[in-house]
Amino acid sequence: MKSLDNKLMLGLLAFGIFGPVLFPDYTFQIALMWIMVLFAQTWDSMGGQMGYNSLGNIFFFGCGMYICTVTQVGLFYDVGDYTSATGSNVTFSDSQYFIGLGVGILAAGVGASVLAACLGWTVFGLRGPYFAIGTLGIALSAGELFGTWDWVGGGSGVAIPVYPGEADHKSMFFYTLCFLAAASTFLFYRWLFSTRFGLAVNAIRDDEGKADAMGLHTLRHKTVAWCFSAFFLGISGALFGNLTGFVEPLEVAFPTATFGIFMVAMSLLGGSGTFWGPVVGAIMFHVIKEATWTYFLGWQWVALGVIIIINVVYFQQGVVGWMQEKWPEKFGIEVDSSMSMEDEAKEAAQ
Amino acid sequence: MSNVIEVTGVSKSFGGVVANHQVSMEVPEGRITGLIGPNGSGKTTLFNSIVGYHPIDEGSIKFEGKEISKMNVQEIARLGMLRTFQQTRIYGKMNCIQNLLISIPHRNAKFMDMFAPYDKELTDKAEHLLEYVGLYQKRKLLSGDLSFGQQKLLEFAMALMNEPKVLLLDEPTAGINPTLINGLIDRLQRANTDFGITLFVIEHNMRVVMNLADNVYCLAHGEMLAHGVPEDIQSDQRVIDAYLGAH
Repeated sequence: MKSLDNKLMLGLLAFGIFGPVLFPDYTFQIALMWIMVLFAQTWDSMGGQMGYNSLGNIFFFGCGMYICTVTQVGLFYDVGDYTSATGSNVTFSDSQYFIGLGVGILAAGVGASVLAACLGWTVFGLRGPYFAIGTLGIALSAGELFGTWDWVGGGSGVAIPVYPGEADHKSMFFYTLCFLAAASTFLFYRWLFSTRFGLAVNAIRDDEGKADAMGLHTLRHKTVAWCFSAFFLGISGALFGNLTGFVEPLEVAFPTATFGIFMVAMSLLGGSGTFWGPVVGAIMFHVIKEATWTYFLGWQWVALGVIIIINVVYFQQGVVGWMQEKWPEKFGIEVDSSMSMEDEAKEAAQ
Repeated sequence: MSNVIEVTGVSKSFGGVVANHQVSMEVPEGRITGLIGPNGSGKTTLFNSIVGYHPIDEGSIKFEGKEISKMNVQEIARLGMLRTFQQTRIYGKMNCIQNLLISIPHRNAKFMDMFAPYDKELTDKAEHLLEYVGLYQKRKLLSGDLSFGQQKLLEFAMALMNEPKVLLLDEPTAGINPTLINGLIDRLQRANTDFGITLFVIEHNMRVVMNLADNVYCLAHGEMLAHGVPEDIQSDQRVIDAYLGAH
């Protein structure tokens, strides 16, 4: 498993570097794929590893997007003036653009985490389906609230400062940022789940009442897990906003019914609760999605729906989950084949 | 001899059902105290009140002289008072070693301890305790795949890993075959003598409780019926009536 692990990582690294060189026409799609990988992994760190299925994680994506945009503009101009003139009244110098972007991305991550910490105090009182619906409510209402907030452009949205350079450079620049964001997310969670934190969130998933009874700081772990998730989602929102160039509340910033649900669907497809599952699921899902959009236009949502239904009804453990059941030794899980009546009898005889 | 748990006049009702009425009792430090009573007599309710599962209606519960009746489950657990469950509860999708590693005491856990690695010392301790309860061979198996009896032993090992001062055991031998029960009694006694853990045990199996406990409380209909050394309790007419249903 260790060597397979490294091979997979090398493969992804190679594709990350050479993908846009070999398929320059698909740079945007590949960039989007890395964002999907980030989505799935941040979702699964809660849903799969901790048993808290959030349907509203897209909230942090949208907030990150808005925080970044407001920072990019607000560092140099008045945000209200900028949005009311839909961004046509100002230009940004090169240094203003890059400083704004850098600070904006960081602020997006930190801001989203702060929001997660505040929300955590209330929503973590909810369990199971109530938590799912509660978080969904947050994401849906955020979309509506931002739509009425004129300072950030309201329902008509806000244009993001334009990249000062050629279009090709822009796409490579943001591609690199997306890849770096996904790679850092991956490496971060790889480290995180090797510490005590990993076992603690797994324990919360398996039996939270027991974890409470053992004195584990469950709320602390849950809140911190959500903050990490929000941090990377905030950054991905900042990048995605800049990639599209325009922020609008319902379709771009808080697309709950598409990206918000894709996060869950991708993790389930790959194998929720396994480390590689979300990564594999996101890549598969994205490739299938892009292929159906190209070759079955008009039927693409039907195709996606069918995949989700097959996954949920017949194949709940997902691709990596299935492999883990089939070849447990490869995943470092030991199975006792003699565990049976015989064993019980032996135990009794001792 | 000081009392580690002091319960004074505790009452708890669920709607119209009075589960505990004016219950008072003490658990002396370093000893094994038993709690018996017919089904529905309020034993588990008393346990739950002590470890903070639900607020009590009236009365006082003290742990090492400190009032704990307003504290929550986690805080009480971190003081060093732990309970096991009647329906064994373990982390089923984790292996036995992991189950023990996550059970380390969180008494002085600082924020950054969440991100600490597990050092060799802890892994060794986990393996040692698994050996102590006889699960060393199964240490890498998912705990959810163990038999019920083995899960009970695992839960006991997890409790020991937490280094509690007091351990409240809710029917430790329920559902375990008779031969394994002897091994369990032996281990409970050794936990008391070797690790110095005070035990407070709910038990239905009279043979077990009479062998194990230094003194026994008997609850009936939510009220404390009798208290004494096992021999006295065994011959107490009120206890016999409560169990056999005399009128």
